Amino acid sequence: MLVLDNLKVAVGDTNILNGFSLTVGAGEVHALMGPNGSGKTTLGRALAGHPAYTVSGRAEFMGRDLLTLDPETRANLGLFVSWQYPVEVPGVANAEFLRLAYNAKAKSSGKPEIAIKDFPPFLVQKIAESQVPPDYADRMLNAGMSGGQKKRNEILQLHVLEPTLAVLDETDSGLDIDALKSVAAAINAYRRADRSVILITHFQRLLDLVKPDRIHVLGQGRILHSGGPELAAKLERDGYDWIIRG
Amino acid sequence: MSDEPYKYGFSTAVEAVTLGRGLTEDTVRAISAARNEPAFLLKFRLKAFALFQKMKEPEWAHVTYPPIDYQNIQYFSAHKSAANSKPTYNSIDEVPPEILETFAKLGIPLDEQRRLSGVAVDAVFDSVSIATTHQQKLYDAGVIFCSFSEAVHQFPALIERWLGSVVPVADNYFAALNSAVFSDGSFVYIPPFTRCPLELSTYFRINNTDAGQFERTLIIADEGAYVSYLEGCTAPQSSKHQLHAAVVELVTLDRAEIKYSTVQNWYAGDKETGEGGVYNFVTKRGACRGVNSKISWTQVETGSAITWKYPSCILQGDGSIGEFYSVALTNGHMQADTGTKMIHLGKNTRSTIISKGIAADVSTNVYRGLVQIQRNAAGARNYTSCDSMLVGKRCEAHTYPYVDVQRADAVVEHEASTSKLSEDQLFYFRSRGISQEDALQAIVSGFCKDVLDVLPLEFAAEARKLLTLKLENSVG
Repeated sequence: MLVLDNLKVAVGDTNILNGFSLTVGAGEVHALMGPNGSGKTTLGRALAGHPAYTVSGRAEFMGRDLLTLDPETRANLGLFVSWQYPVEVPGVANAEFLRLAYNAKAKSSGKPEIAIKDFPPFLVQKIAESQVPPDYADRMLNAGMSGGQKKRNEILQLHVLEPTLAVLDETDSGLDIDALKSVAAAINAYRRADRSVILITHFQRLLDLVKPDRIHVLGQGRILHSGGPELAAKLERDGYDWIIRG
Repeated sequence: MSDEPYKYGFSTAVEAVTLGRGLTEDTVRAISAARNEPAFLLKFRLKAFALFQKMKEPEWAHVTYPPIDYQNIQYFSAHKSAANSKPTYNSIDEVPPEILETFAKLGIPLDEQRRLSGVAVDAVFDSVSIATTHQQKLYDAGVIFCSFSEAVHQFPALIERWLGSVVPVADNYFAALNSAVFSDGSFVYIPPFTRCPLELSTYFRINNTDAGQFERTLIIADEGAYVSYLEGCTAPQSSKHQLHAAVVELVTLDRAEIKYSTVQNWYAGDKETGEGGVYNFVTKRGACRGVNSKISWTQVETGSAITWKYPSCILQGDGSIGEFYSVALTNGHMQADTGTKMIHLGKNTRSTIISKGIAADVSTNVYRGLVQIQRNAAGARNYTSCDSMLVGKRCEAHTYPYVDVQRADAVVEHEASTSKLSEDQLFYFRSRGISQEDALQAIVSGFCKDVLDVLPLEFAAEARKLLTLKLENSVG
């Protein structure tokens, strides 16, 4: 599904990722951990196609060369990268945004678009699936939402858009205990044999709720260490030092 | 995207009859004579001209431009066939085909048979009204909608009574200039208890790049009458500045209502250098003379190098209502200083001001508004909301709200906000599969919703597109 090979990502003259390689198969959950500033968020944003990054190497998604595609094409191909700090857009209704995004994807994949009048009941169902409060249908797009609410709003988008690959960037940070459980349940509800997840996180508690197949530790712009789900507990106990120092 | 041309920047080759450059009393007399005007109108012009000569160009607006050489402007420009002492055409067949073509290109077909929509159009090309459609249907309803010069000849009593009654000849520098040299425009009279059966629309087109455009619009809604009126404006692309100094006067009598909407898209000058573009120095004012009457201004300002414009309401009749809904978008080197004045004279008068300013590139966008509650305006209320959106780091937005309350019981509310349209917002949309164009449209429509919602439906769609297109060139 996703093949990253020797990926290099730079902002201006600064190299952030340097020889990053990772392969994610269908239905798999990979967790990406690592110290602050190790390039986890950069990876997500570069995959999404943020114009600030210079990217080289190989990035293949669903058999397509990701690096040649513009951000909207990547999204409509089934790539979803959640934002660590989702942007506030005052004046734009959440429901309107979701409908635009849903229809953009439907249109590009040759499926029927959803009519304005049919969208509210569809959204109600998605709100239930993603376990966000019902008033998210009436909110503005992230404007006036708390940090945690914005993160949950991203999970609502995940359920509306049903991407093939979800890269979730620290979705668990800023959530209260109950919200964390809801978000984890919503991620598990999204999972299917043909859908994959990359979880970027600092904490074991999310990985207790959403079981990863593999855990990778990022440092010096690449993966320094990989392991099974048991790695989470060791990292929680010993930190990253033993890996970084090699 | 930045070289996206101004869509309406073409000009039409039409043989024009002009008065030559310069402004003297003789110019004023010549304009009046060319239009074969009655004595009262010449007197009106001469009085305005005499006062104009003693006045100074205003300098308080937050705009800068080199001095205007008023002697280097042509004050009258008419295409040849219309200039033969004939103010308007009797039928569309008399209009030169190249002018009809110009309007067709602008999306304004004047041929009535081909017009399906319920909108009557008066088209003004340079200084002369070209054609007014749907005349018969309007006359049947008792509505007068014609060019100003036609009204001068057919309804001189109405003109003499109302002209200058809202904007006195010496109201301000540009209004005085207009009063002296105005050439044409639209006249509307809605008789008592009549709801105008069509949307009325005037389309202004500057073609001659050396000529100023000084049109005059006068709309009277008699007791219990209602009319919705829309104006649109474009001009050819020119490296010279063109002066547009219009005056619009509205009067509502008891329980009458006028809804006046503008989509202004004059040529704004070169986006990179700021060369050329229209100076849009306009005086628009409505007087709610009657009880429970209402005047509502809606404007979508997207063009002109400089905009200086404050559509205002004098709320004289008890219980009268004034509204001002505005979107002003500036990009490139544009400068806009626009807003409104709500003058509360009568009891229980109410006013609402909703202003949305969008500034991009190196433009300057100013809201300037006055809310005045005078001593007899018991129970007066005002609500004002001014929002600015900045695109990029080099533009400016300013808000100058003036509030003058002379009563303790007045309720005046003011809200203001400033936000930024950021690259991150656009990327957020794109990362969810939404194209940049759709993203811009959603963001701008959301920001301007309160204003676009009160525009007549078909024009709202046009305005939305226009705003999106203009911004696309700036975020490109």
